[in-house]
Amino acid sequence: MTDRPIFLDNNSTTFPAPEGVEAVLPLFGEIYGNPSSTHSFGQKVRHEIELARENVAKLLNCKTSEVVFNSGATEGNNTAVYAALDGMPERKHIITTRVEHASVLEVIRYLAEAGYRITELSVDRLGHIDLDELKNEISGDTALVSLMWANNETGVISPINAAGDIAKQFGALVHVDAVQAAGKLKIDLKEELAIDYLTISGHKFHGLKGAGALFVRESAPFLPLIRGGHHEDGRRAGTENAMGIVAMGAAAALVNRNLDKHIEHMKKMRDRLQGGLLAKCEDVIINGDQMDRLPNTLNAGFKYIDGEALLMMLDAADIAVSAGSACKSGSMEPSHVLLAMNVPLSAIHGSVRFCVSRYTEEGEVDAAIDKIAGIVKRLREMSPFGHTETRQDALSAEALEKHKAYFAKV
Amino acid sequence: MLTYSDKIKDHFINPRNVGVIQDASVVGEVGSMSSGQALKLYLKLDEAEIIQQASFQVFGSPSAIAASSALTEMLKGKHIDEAARVTADDISEYLGGLPAEKMHTCVMSMEALEVAYARYRGIELETELDEDDELHICRCYSVPEQKIERAIRDNNLTTIDEITHFTKAGGGCTSCHVDLKMILERVRAEMPQPKEDKPAPKIAPGGNMTNLDKMRAIQEVLDREVRPGLAMDGGDMELVDVQGNKVFVQLHGHCNSCASSTTTMKFFVEDRLREMVDPEIQVIDTTEHSDELHAPPMR
Repeated sequence: MTDRPIFLDNNSTTFPAPEGVEAVLPLFGEIYGNPSSTHSFGQKVRHEIELARENVAKLLNCKTSEVVFNSGATEGNNTAVYAALDGMPERKHIITTRVEHASVLEVIRYLAEAGYRITELSVDRLGHIDLDELKNEISGDTALVSLMWANNETGVISPINAAGDIAKQFGALVHVDAVQAAGKLKIDLKEELAIDYLTISGHKFHGLKGAGALFVRESAPFLPLIRGGHHEDGRRAGTENAMGIVAMGAAAALVNRNLDKHIEHMKKMRDRLQGGLLAKCEDVIINGDQMDRLPNTLNAGFKYIDGEALLMMLDAADIAVSAGSACKSGSMEPSHVLLAMNVPLSAIHGSVRFCVSRYTEEGEVDAAIDKIAGIVKRLREMSPFGHTETRQDALSAEALEKHKAYFAKV
Repeated sequence: MLTYSDKIKDHFINPRNVGVIQDASVVGEVGSMSSGQALKLYLKLDEAEIIQQASFQVFGSPSAIAASSALTEMLKGKHIDEAARVTADDISEYLGGLPAEKMHTCVMSMEALEVAYARYRGIELETELDEDDELHICRCYSVPEQKIERAIRDNNLTTIDEITHFTKAGGGCTSCHVDLKMILERVRAEMPQPKEDKPAPKIAPGGNMTNLDKMRAIQEVLDREVRPGLAMDGGDMELVDVQGNKVFVQLHGHCNSCASSTTTMKFFVEDRLREMVDPEIQVIDTTEHSDELHAPPMR
C-alpha cells in the first residue's frame, strides 16, 4: 500500500517525467541564450528547441515545419479557430459540438456575436456525435468544423476520420483538439487524414505547464494570433518558452518509444479501478461509452450523493479527483458534457472523474478503491435518498456480469 | 474553486448529529434530487418545548453538510420559539462566514427549520408546496418563482448573482436570467420598507407522507416490482425525480427504443405506484423529452 497522496486527476495535469525535468535543468544554468540570437549562446538553446520539435513532429507524424510551439492548448485552440476563419472569409458558418472544452466553445460562441452562424452538434447518451447530424448541418457556407479527439471529462473518442472526410467534401477546414489524445492514443497525421489544425499541450502528457504545440498543415491557411516577431517562422511571436518546449520534447520522445506499453498499463489500472468500484459500490453509473474511450479515464456517477462533497472528502483522505464541474459564479454547475449526454439528474450531481497515468501503481488503485467505497458509503448514510442497508440490485448485478464478460475478452 | 474556512471544513469532515431520531417530535424537510440538494431535519423536544436533540440527513455539497451540522448544534438547548428565529445569516456566521456563492445552503437549512417549526405548531406555510409548482423559473435547479421572490425580499437582494448565491436559480444554463431580472425588478418595486418584521410562517399541516419518504417508497416499489422484470429484457427504469404526485422516470436499454412498450410500461408502473404508494400518482416518462428537462448548457 502507499502513504503518498494518490493523484487520480491526470486529465487536468500530469506528473512531470523525470527524464524531461533532467533535460530542462541545463537551461536553468549555462544554456540560457535567446534562441533567436545568432551567437553560440542562442544557438545552443535553438538546438534544444529544434530537437524538441523533431520529437513532437514524430509524436504527431507530421513535418517539423508544421509544428508551431505556443503557450498551450487554450492558445492553440484560439489560434486555430481564428486562422481558419481568416482563411475562409466568404464562409460564415462554424460547426462544433456541445461537449468541447471552453477554449473552443467560448471562442466560437463569442464569434456568434461577430455574425457567424454556429452549430453545436449534440451527443447521445454515450457521448458520441451523430455523423448524420453533421451531414445535415454542413454546407458550402461552413468554414470550420472543430471537434475534440477525446473528451476530457468522459474520455469518449470522436469519429474524427469520418467527420473530417465529411468536412472535406464541403471544402471546410478541420480543427481537432487533441489535448487528451496525446500520450494516450496513437496520433498519425498522415496526408490523407482530413485534419488541418491540431492542438496539444505538454503538461497533459508529462511535460511542463506553459508549453504546447499547434499542428498547422502545410496546405492550411494561417494567421498569427500573437504578433511582434519572427519567432516560429512568423506564426507565433514572443521568445520561446525554452524550458517548457524542451520538457515537452522529452515527454514526446518517451511517448514515441513506449506508447503501446503506456496504453496497456493505463488501461489495466483504469479497468482495475472501475471493476473495484463497481464491485464495492452499488448504484454507480459509468458515464460515456466504455468501449470507445481513452485508456486512462473513468467518469462514474454515484447516485444519491454530491460530487463536490465526495471530491472534498477524498481530498481530505489524500486522493485527488475531479468533480467534472466548473465553478461558475460559485455555484457548482452540473457538467455541460454530462448535461449534453442527458445523464439522469440523480447521477449527474454525484459524477466524479478518475484518471490514471502511466505512473499510477496497482497499490494506489487498490488503496483508492477502498477509500472511495468507504466515503461513498458514509455520504450515502448521511443522505436522505441513500440506501442504508444493502439490497439486491438487478441492474448492478447485470452490469457486473457485463463487466466480467468484457474482461474475459481482453 | 472555492476555499472554505477551517470551521466549515471541520463541520463537513466531522459533521455533528448525523442520522435519524426515531422518536422525533417533528421532522422538517426540503429540497429534491433535481435541485441537487435536500435536507431532512429531526427535532426532539421535551415537555417545556426545549430542543433536546437535533439531527439531520443531507444530500448536497460540502457547505450543505456543514450548514446542516451547524444548525443542529445551534438548535440544541433552545426553546422551539427561539430556535425558529435562527436565520440563514446566523448559520453562516456560526461557521465563520460562508462564501457568498454558497449562501443557498444556509437558506436550505433555515427552510427545513421553518417547515419543522410550522409543522410542530400546525401552521400553514405558503411556500411548502413548491414541489407541485408546474413552472420552475430555473429549470436546472428546479427553483420556483415564490422562492426567488422570497429570497429577494428577505435578504434585500439587488443582483442576479445574489439571487444565484441564495437560491441557486440561474447558476446553471443561465437561460432564466431574463426572467430573474424581471422578477427582481417587480419584487423590488413592491418592497415599500426595506425592513419589516419577519412574517410568521404559514404551513400546511404535515399530514401523511413527506416528499422524501414518498421518493424512497417509490424507489422501493420500482426496485422490487418493476426493475427486475425489465432487466430480464435488457432494460431498466430509473427514478429521476418526484415532485408532488408527479413521478419522473427514464427508461434505459432496450426499453427506450420501443414506443409501445414505453406506453404500456408507464401505465403498469403508474398502477403499481398508485396501489402501493399514493392513489394520486402520475408517472411521467422523460426518456424521449429529456431535452426539455435538461436545458442545453448555453444558447
